[in-house]
Amino acid sequence: MNINTTKIISLLFFIFSAFYLYTAYQIQVFAFDENAPFNARTFPIYLGYAGLFFSGLKLILPDPDTIKVEHRTLEYKKTAVLIVIAIIYGATILKVGYFLTTSLFLFASYYFLGERRWVLMFLLSFPFVAGFMYLLHGVLEIYLRDPFLKSIGVMG
Amino acid sequence: MTEGILIGLTTALSLQNIFMVMIGCFFGTIIGMLPGLGPMTAIALMIPITYGFDPATGLILMAGVYYGAVFGGSTSSILLNAPGVPGTVATSFDGYPMAQQGKAGKALAIAAWSSFAGGTLSAIYLLFMAPSLSKVSLSFRSPDYFALMILGLTAIAAFSSKGQFLKAMMMVVLGLMLASVGQDSLSDITRFTFDNMNLTDGISFVLVVMSTFAMSEALTIILKRNDPTAAAKQVSLTELGSIRINKEERGKMYRTIPRSSIIGFLIGVLPGAGATIASFLAYGMERNLVKDEEKEKFGKGSVNGLSAPETANNAACSGSFVPMLTLGIPGSGTTAVMLGALLGFGIQPGPRLYMTNPEIFWSVIMSMYIGMVILLILNLPLIPYIARILAVPKNYLIPLILFFSITGIYVMSFNNFDIYLMIGIAVVATFLRLYDFPMPPLILAFVLGGLMEENLRRSLLLSNGSWEFLWDRTLTVCILITTILIVLWHIYKTFTKNKS
Repeated sequence: MNINTTKIISLLFFIFSAFYLYTAYQIQVFAFDENAPFNARTFPIYLGYAGLFFSGLKLILPDPDTIKVEHRTLEYKKTAVLIVIAIIYGATILKVGYFLTTSLFLFASYYFLGERRWVLMFLLSFPFVAGFMYLLHGVLEIYLRDPFLKSIGVMG
Repeated sequence: MTEGILIGLTTALSLQNIFMVMIGCFFGTIIGMLPGLGPMTAIALMIPITYGFDPATGLILMAGVYYGAVFGGSTSSILLNAPGVPGTVATSFDGYPMAQQGKAGKALAIAAWSSFAGGTLSAIYLLFMAPSLSKVSLSFRSPDYFALMILGLTAIAAFSSKGQFLKAMMMVVLGLMLASVGQDSLSDITRFTFDNMNLTDGISFVLVVMSTFAMSEALTIILKRNDPTAAAKQVSLTELGSIRINKEERGKMYRTIPRSSIIGFLIGVLPGAGATIASFLAYGMERNLVKDEEKEKFGKGSVNGLSAPETANNAACSGSFVPMLTLGIPGSGTTAVMLGALLGFGIQPGPRLYMTNPEIFWSVIMSMYIGMVILLILNLPLIPYIARILAVPKNYLIPLILFFSITGIYVMSFNNFDIYLMIGIAVVATFLRLYDFPMPPLILAFVLGGLMEENLRRSLLLSNGSWEFLWDRTLTVCILITTILIVLWHIYKTFTKNKS
């Protein structure tokens, strides 16, 4: 059997389906529902078996998969940095507030992607976010939580 | 029906809704032009904004984005030979050679008029077909719906998988698994939450769409070092040439447009098919139908060769609304996103939609006519300028896509967990995309998961746990036979392809 990344992904999906199926069997149902034709665990159990079936087929059948991913040409560093910035953004948005964290997230993302036009970077972060916030909060009346702006008295 | 049309017309012609169509068309055209960022991303990014409006306006906005994106995709196909969306690949076969001959303006005009005619004609077909199909679908029972969902999921897996049917089916199962997280709709028993309160209500549809499309597409662009905006920098405002179409060219279009609009619409109605298949079929059909001398011009700048796929892909867009509006079952990934958004509004699309919410049903259809006119006005004189806007460097584009995605989730949940989950799903989706695991089947399955379980539950309870319901009704049997035929056809196609 030709081992390629697609087969490894299929194997991982097979293991995931097995775990899903095991968890599906552990779903607690009401006693009177235990022998009913359909209860909360019925559909997940079918799904677990379907996952095992399709990933199993993908593992067993010959795979003329010609997908070659050139890992050396992929930009892992910038992608990882962007993901880390997004995680930090997610971690701080509730505590610090939407305006400051979003503006800093955009500014930092532009910077790490290689942008150095400072004025444009600034315009497309702080004033841009302020304008977008006005559109959401002021015009469309979509609530935006922002402790920072509240603390300085800008937002009610 | 007349009353419904009038209600729809009044709603669609309100100042707010006309403005929404304009915004949708404009935004969709820009996103559609960017290779790699298709209508699903454009609509996904718009969802949080639509929740600020009533359902009819929200759906009108999303529909505008949809056909705007298909329209925009044709522009980049013609000017840059870089189709923005798969549905416009066939447009580049003759559009780009025409542009190379210094007739870019003419090619854009032919594409714009063909799209306009295709979209308008198919909106007329939709006008007559949707209510009739709605009446027919009232006779559908749970087993038929369950079988129809199996058909939809199998078809989208077969058509969107580029020969990788099993990969697509794995994505279908993954989508259904993600949909099963949270409280069971009937018993309220929590499933797969692992005692995490944030998962009790299940995974948000917007979160899954944003992470698998908008966010993962942005990450893929960075990872693969693609620059979707690079080619746009080469567009010259001065070399587009005249946009005038002469009498001979108009004559060719008059013959091509009606037949391509019919084939486009019918393909669009089929679950899983859509604009890509419609445009290729229309292109192939047109080549077979034209005279030998015109046949020679195909691939070198043929008017028929450009007009046919452009008409068909726009007609298919309108066609794909038929199963969504009448059966409540989306035929494509894009309409699945719209269905998910409608469910978010608390609206259940289906055969009764045009009776319970006529303003939504009819206003969407009516707004299509307005949208087509707006696109025509927008595309012809403004395209060179819009194409210039695309010269925004990816260093700005990518963070802005991430920003819109995360904001979309933030305004809906005010929850850190959802943002982490979104980033996690986006990372997995980016990795899966690298190895050609298609995302549209996952989205369609995620949207249909709850409905599918509900219909299976009803069918099994009514038949006392027996699977006989699958062959009790003729309609169910017919739908299942179609599903089996699709699978067999796909196996045959893969087998012959491998052999050759």
